Amino acid sequence: MLVSLYRYNPEQDNAPYMQDIELDIPAGKDLMVLDVLALLKEKDPTLAYRRSCREGVCGSDGMNMNGKNGLGCITPISEVVKKDKLVIRPLPGLPVIRDLVVDMGIFYEQYERITPYLVNDTPAPEIERLQSPEDREKLDGLYECILCACCSTACPSFWWNPEKFVGPAGLLQAYRFLADSRDTAQEERLSDLDDPFSVFRCRGIMNCVAVCPKGLNPTKAIGHIRDLLLQRAT
Amino acid sequence: MGKIRTISYDAIVVGGGGAGMRAALQLTETGVDTACITKVFPTRSHTVSAQGGITCAIASADPNDDWRWHMYDTVKGSDYIGDQEAIEYMCSVGPQAVFELEHMGLPFSRTEQGRIYQRPFGGQSKDYGKGGQAARTCAAADRTGHALLHTLYQANLKGGTTFLNEWYAIDLVKNSDQQVVGVIAIEIETGEVVYIKSKATVLATGGAGRIYASTTNALINTGDGIGMALRAGYPVQDMEMWQFHPTGIYGAGTLVTEGCRGEGGYLINSEGERFMERYAPNAKDLAGRDVVARSMVIEVLEGRGCGPEKDHVLLKLDHLGEETLNLRLPGIVELSRTFAHVDPIKDPVPVVPTCHYMMGGIPTTVGGQALTQDKEGNDQVIDGLFACGEAACVSVHGANRLGGNSLLDLVVFGRAAGLHIEERLRGGYESGDASEDDINRALARLERLESSTGTESVAAVRKDLQSCMQLYFGVFRDGDSMGEGLKKLDAIGERARNVQIGDNSKAFNTARIEALELDNLFEVAYATAYSAMERRESRGAHARNDYTERDDENWLKHSVYFPLEKRLGKRDVNFAPKTVDTLQPMIRTY
Amino acid sequence: MVKTVTNLGRSGVYDWMIQRVTAYILALYTLFLFGFMLTTDLSYESWSALFGQTWFRIFSLMALVSIGAHAWVGLWTVTTDYIKATAPRFLVQATAGTAMFVYVVWGVQILWGH
Repeated sequence: MLVSLYRYNPEQDNAPYMQDIELDIPAGKDLMVLDVLALLKEKDPTLAYRRSCREGVCGSDGMNMNGKNGLGCITPISEVVKKDKLVIRPLPGLPVIRDLVVDMGIFYEQYERITPYLVNDTPAPEIERLQSPEDREKLDGLYECILCACCSTACPSFWWNPEKFVGPAGLLQAYRFLADSRDTAQEERLSDLDDPFSVFRCRGIMNCVAVCPKGLNPTKAIGHIRDLLLQRAT
Repeated sequence: MGKIRTISYDAIVVGGGGAGMRAALQLTETGVDTACITKVFPTRSHTVSAQGGITCAIASADPNDDWRWHMYDTVKGSDYIGDQEAIEYMCSVGPQAVFELEHMGLPFSRTEQGRIYQRPFGGQSKDYGKGGQAARTCAAADRTGHALLHTLYQANLKGGTTFLNEWYAIDLVKNSDQQVVGVIAIEIETGEVVYIKSKATVLATGGAGRIYASTTNALINTGDGIGMALRAGYPVQDMEMWQFHPTGIYGAGTLVTEGCRGEGGYLINSEGERFMERYAPNAKDLAGRDVVARSMVIEVLEGRGCGPEKDHVLLKLDHLGEETLNLRLPGIVELSRTFAHVDPIKDPVPVVPTCHYMMGGIPTTVGGQALTQDKEGNDQVIDGLFACGEAACVSVHGANRLGGNSLLDLVVFGRAAGLHIEERLRGGYESGDASEDDINRALARLERLESSTGTESVAAVRKDLQSCMQLYFGVFRDGDSMGEGLKKLDAIGERARNVQIGDNSKAFNTARIEALELDNLFEVAYATAYSAMERRESRGAHARNDYTERDDENWLKHSVYFPLEKRLGKRDVNFAPKTVDTLQPMIRTY
Repeated sequence: MVKTVTNLGRSGVYDWMIQRVTAYILALYTLFLFGFMLTTDLSYESWSALFGQTWFRIFSLMALVSIGAHAWVGLWTVTTDYIKATAPRFLVQATAGTAMFVYVVWGVQILWGH
């Protein structure tokens, strides 16, 4: 199999380049893309990429494989390799630090901007705050986000305005707290989002939905936020 | 290496997992200037992989539930070398710690009454083992660790903790008064090496499952805190005690939660027999993890394994129905499809006991204060050093941890460490400065690595280390083969000191980090092997073919491995809980 | 909250609402005109009779204002997406704004100008 790998070491290279490597894949095993990278790193320790849990829950190894964002650790090569070729690039739209490692600063800033924690001004009870299973169900499809940035870096609106548009990942989390029956800051949360960029730069392209490795639907969550903003304004 | 930059904090927490972030949160909230140093962005820590839940007597599933019953289970599960004072503290403070998490926003699953959903887990009982199976594990579907870790990160953002994300702590800095006064750390992105000065250093670096070839642990679980403590000359406790989780996915090693069996799943052998009925007639598939793991290995050894190699067993879940699986175990359905190529809604999942958890670690008090022993064998405080979570050995897990107790350990003792440190700092604890020599001593390892003329590759040495541990120090152990394993480890250690990283660049040099991690893996592996060799009995997770019985006369003790003398000492187990009667050792059956 | 001063509604919701409402008006107007053209024998007389009626003049003006507003919100979005330097962006926005204004005034003159 031919692996075409995005390489960039700021101390040595003036510009990034694609490195083509012929790799023998052990027969009878459907490796994950992350396993392929590990094999490559055994041969060339200078290859840099992030990884941690290797089971799709930590969100470290978001990358672009044959043109599509995903997690290297749960993407089998059988699913992604075409014509015996695998092109691996860093997540698009973020500055590259080295090889497949991108600077996720702006992505995290957008997450921090949406007040990503529960706010409840009422005194906490002795036990837990009660929540019905129905109310809890509203958080399904929202709280599972692993902050891998596959969605936001697949979003053209985020590419153009990463400082102003919160992006699908941040908005999914924004709605996770708006939808939580225990949260009392809905009004403030909505005020913080009521501008032409933060939410409304979403154009419904739905790349986020197409790439989310956890099968979540940020576009739907953004639609819910827009409905809440409309309800509040009319 | 010239003079390096110094950054100062009142307290630093090394590790951004559950324990580290709970400690950091406690410190920040009480106004202590705290930094959390973490080699990965906090939500990438291994706590994120915890699935089934957090065990705690919050009396939701059973209004009459009692933390004393939880304590009884935990002591029994530990095979009686868990410290009863610490277990008492964990089980009694637990509910408060769990409610705090809920108040922070953790999205627990719910009962019809709106309370936190609890599921049955292994080793749980009501009424001191007399009232049948309990359901005591609080869950957020099968993503409890993920929900907990994200909630703690969010709380720390709210509280304003300083995070040094993607910084890697290399070694402890000790001053001439033998106080720990911070760490040497490297900022991975830039490669800058910095002395981070602090009055209190908390090691919350998690486990080291990567010393084994087959593990449920993340690639980052390399025992960095244990390695640092050992290199600084401090002892570690009960390192022979490694939990093998019964249900790691065959071939991949990824975890399938015990919650599967809690929800009604069970294990079958090649004959389709529910074999746990033979080994644990009462608790069956929900016996202690050590018991289940051993039973599975015996089934395989006796020829009743499944698959073409007859080397694993199957976890049957399909009878639970699609609805329950999607509601209670959605992550498991996903993982099984990805890693076992099996749809659990239709077919059983191939599983095998897989290295999962390090019961041992840095011995500490309930408040996270790290301990060593003086010449007479009395506990002695290590000034400035603290530990919590999997890296610490309080010890609440003893020789075998119960499912769901690790997350509780994290939040209870992360919190306790924070409380204790804050109290010490308020009480005026001061430490002296580190001299240039002190700092240089802590830099020595990095310098050796940078100027290495060695020929060994990190990946090759690591692979051999993992195979050696897997082969000689697995579920069943034997004196002769462990002796052989130790000899091999000596040779591997020699090679580990002779590695060439093959990359001297500064920016995001992961080759350098992996080489530094390899040293830690070796330190942990060696301490494990040595302790396993010396503990001449079978207890909990430590099962020996040459000493098959538990030996309370000689070994109702913690083992304490001293790295400088390469010696295994003993330490008394605490049998003095403060508010309840001591639980006396009994024969442990399920 | 992201602050902007050049967008029409000063708020995301208003801009969004303006675009949706004007889109409906434009759709209605277009449909009506198509219907008219299909059902009526098109001639100078029928065409000027249609434009002689006050309700249709109002309807046409509404459509014209809608085009202005709709285009403004759209072009503002496009310019903030693609033109990153402030001076050229402002220039393009000002040109577009002036054009919309001119078209609307000119349209009023055409509709009521004789």
